[in-house]
Amino acid sequence: MTLEHGYEMVVGLEVHTELRTRSKMFCGCANAFGAEPNTNICPVCLGLPGSLPVLNVRAVELAMAIGVALHCVIAPSTFHRKNYFYPDMPKDYQISQYDLPINTGGYLDLPDASRVSIERAHLEEDTGKSTHLGGSGRLQGADRSLVDYNRSGVPLVEIVSGPDIRSSAQARAYAQELRGILIATGASDGRMEEGSMRIDANVSVRQANAPLGTRCEIKNLNSLRSLHRAIDYEAQRQVEMLERGEVVRQETRHWDENLGETSTMRTKEEAEDYRYFREPDLVDLAPDQAWQDRVRAALGAMPAERRRLLRERLQDPTDAQLDAVEVVIDLALEGLVNAAVDRGADVTLAIARAANEVAAGIEHVTNLTPGAFTETVLMEQRGDLSATQAKTVLGELLAGGGDPGVIAAARGFERLSSDSLEATVATLIEQFPDEWGRYRDGDDKLAQFFIGQVMKATNGQANGKSVVLALQARR
Amino acid sequence: MRSAVRIAEEVRSGASTAVAELAGALEVVAARNEELHVFLYVDEEGALAAAERVDATVASGGDAGPLAGVPIAIKDNMCQRGVPTTCASKILEGWRPPYSATVIDRLLAAGAVPVGKTNLDEFAMGSSTENSAFGPTLNPLDTSRVPGGSSGGSAAAVAAGMTPLAIGSDTGGSIRQPASLCGIIGVKPTYGLVSRYGLVAFASSLDQIGPFATNVTDAATLLEVLAGHDPMDSTSLPEAAPSLVEHVRDGVAGQRIGVVRELIEGADDEVLESVTRALAALREAGATSVELSIPELRLGLSAYYLIAPAEASSNLARYDGVRYGLRVDADDVTAMNEATRTAGFGAEVKRRIMLGTYALSAGYYDAYYGQALKVRTQMIDAFARAYREVDLLLGATTPSVAFAFGEKTANPLTMYLSDVFTIPTNLAGEAAISVPFGTGEGGLPVGVQLLGPGRSEARLFAAARVLEIADGRP
Repeated sequence: MTLEHGYEMVVGLEVHTELRTRSKMFCGCANAFGAEPNTNICPVCLGLPGSLPVLNVRAVELAMAIGVALHCVIAPSTFHRKNYFYPDMPKDYQISQYDLPINTGGYLDLPDASRVSIERAHLEEDTGKSTHLGGSGRLQGADRSLVDYNRSGVPLVEIVSGPDIRSSAQARAYAQELRGILIATGASDGRMEEGSMRIDANVSVRQANAPLGTRCEIKNLNSLRSLHRAIDYEAQRQVEMLERGEVVRQETRHWDENLGETSTMRTKEEAEDYRYFREPDLVDLAPDQAWQDRVRAALGAMPAERRRLLRERLQDPTDAQLDAVEVVIDLALEGLVNAAVDRGADVTLAIARAANEVAAGIEHVTNLTPGAFTETVLMEQRGDLSATQAKTVLGELLAGGGDPGVIAAARGFERLSSDSLEATVATLIEQFPDEWGRYRDGDDKLAQFFIGQVMKATNGQANGKSVVLALQARR
Repeated sequence: MRSAVRIAEEVRSGASTAVAELAGALEVVAARNEELHVFLYVDEEGALAAAERVDATVASGGDAGPLAGVPIAIKDNMCQRGVPTTCASKILEGWRPPYSATVIDRLLAAGAVPVGKTNLDEFAMGSSTENSAFGPTLNPLDTSRVPGGSSGGSAAAVAAGMTPLAIGSDTGGSIRQPASLCGIIGVKPTYGLVSRYGLVAFASSLDQIGPFATNVTDAATLLEVLAGHDPMDSTSLPEAAPSLVEHVRDGVAGQRIGVVRELIEGADDEVLESVTRALAALREAGATSVELSIPELRLGLSAYYLIAPAEASSNLARYDGVRYGLRVDADDVTAMNEATRTAGFGAEVKRRIMLGTYALSAGYYDAYYGQALKVRTQMIDAFARAYREVDLLLGATTPSVAFAFGEKTANPLTMYLSDVFTIPTNLAGEAAISVPFGTGEGGLPVGVQLLGPGRSEARLFAAARVLEIADGRP
């Protein structure tokens, strides 16, 4: 995408994802979000004197699964200490991977067929969480700071892309696709709002085909919306600076979601010297081929493959249908769709109900069995339920489960008999002679008007298609 | 004083009780601790409870363990649940760990009775206990002299007859050097043989816990209790712990001993004489000998004083006033960190944190820390070459007998030099033992050092036993 004055943006993303392990990275404490502060802690994740880390094997497996899904090479790796002082980091160093990460050199293909290279995806531990009271809400100048160490030692994988992204839309698509992969591998729940996926963006601008410009790293991008907005803001800021004849300085910048702008956190000169060195409390990590093969074999289909399979079921899909496919893949609802289609449901209808009604109640999706979803779609398809009724039934199924037939019966959703439909149509033709006249003269748009009136008269029990058939028969 | 093995036998047989043995130990502590300043904390209540449990086990016919009822002194850099652990630093004063080190659990399971926590150089950084924030320990054999360090309190506890056993930690000689200066046995086991879980880290890749005892058999018995794989320590050796006691009487017949020039050069004449006589004793017992030079060992001291401080600068970062120990309040958190660390750490600890921070800094890493790692690799290779020719190496433990207070405090480098013979073993992750052999100036003990490759402890104990007999302690 070309910016003003012939500039293009160059973006690389660093995505941190918390791994969905039962216990933390180096101790047996629960890895759980939302517990009472400082309840999931022990000598190890509190960094008490004398405590030592022991690597969680499951965290290594999930990191490998991410590597496999991103086509990386899984290599023998080591752990390093990243040294800096911060109150929510109990050892005042973070155990991370440095020059020898577990995953290197992969790529991620986006739905628009562009490819973004992956430089590395390495393991590290999360810090605790600070809450600063009073002052600016940041550490310096706060009246009081509270630290919750429940998150301390939660396993993370940091996925670093190459500088291959050229627009904020592509950055967003990358983050979305990566999120789908993290969910599909079982590595993450992908909940950005709970901080289980956090993004930093490296942004620079240049004239087309010129050497890379100086980059700024933007921190604190905790939603896809922030990512999109911050990149656009930052690229525009850099273009304006260059156009004014100024020089972009390499620095770390903070994104303020409320102000909608980035501001300097620290310049390159102020950057910390992390004094990385090999973590002497851990041994080298070299997963053997058999272990890698087990991880590879256990891995399910990734979003790209699932998207391809679902799209194959549609003939000449419209843009709206492709959007619906994206929703189905993103929310992993193709199990429902496939179950219904395999039992004869119309694929377009099944995708539409999944992408709209089921997606709207996604937090209760476990209440909805594939059988109940299939039955509801088939009832609608047969005309036993109108579209409105089918949506109501799905809503009830999501809210509390149950049997679609029983729910429909309890609500009095019976199929309108053809006699009673005929009678209703006849009454309406008498009631609306002008509209009928125009319809009879060939204005098909008026069919919608009569469908609406039939629905009103029958409390939504009629089926749209049957109404049209009845109207056409009288034309 | 009876040996630990004898005490345990008597307690197990009912000839004595753990409570009585504890009372005896506490009596000596009460008589001498004020003068010698060996213990920073005496855990009378906890020790009594442990002793009573041992006696109850014996009374009920259970196996009370190889160290049943044996009082033992613990260096105060190992965590024991509920017992103050200070590392002889103001920054940890008053901290009571909520968990116990693996070695403490193993000692209690073996029937030992931990009596209390002994003095050390702050965070184990030093060779005399003069760096303790709470004042030095005096050498029980001559109170005008240092007991060595950093595990000086533990060595002195055994030398003063307070406890028959003690444990210390050895990062560059901190068990062997005080053992030598106090005239007792001190062992630096192979890296990973004894779990470090609960040992407050100084330099993680070098630290190793080991025993002090008055005789070789006691030391072997204690190390058997301490050794073994621990899932809580990732660097713990995966193999089963070696049996040691059954090899103490193996002798040295047919063993090839290498006398290493770099492990004796610069030592006082009386120390050299002890090494010469020790070699004669080993040959007398059937060993062969060869003189060796391992020039790489000369680089050990320099490499050590980059690697150990580098790791320490990171290990000691957590003492920031946020979670435990000392906090000196200030305007903001950075100022609080600074004020706390300025007030809480002593001069030597600060010196090493500065040194280590510098060695790891961007632009200096390759020239200092990176170079030191290369030297370390060379040293490991050089030792490996030597052990293709010989089974054990012999040298001095330390260049001189116990020195006077203040003698080496003016210039830190002179103090560092007292570890010149012990440091290479730590860098290589191998095993070594200091055995008293002969005396020097003022009748003070001299220690000789036997060194072996990783997991050679049984061989080392057998050779040490030969020296023990030759030195008149059958």
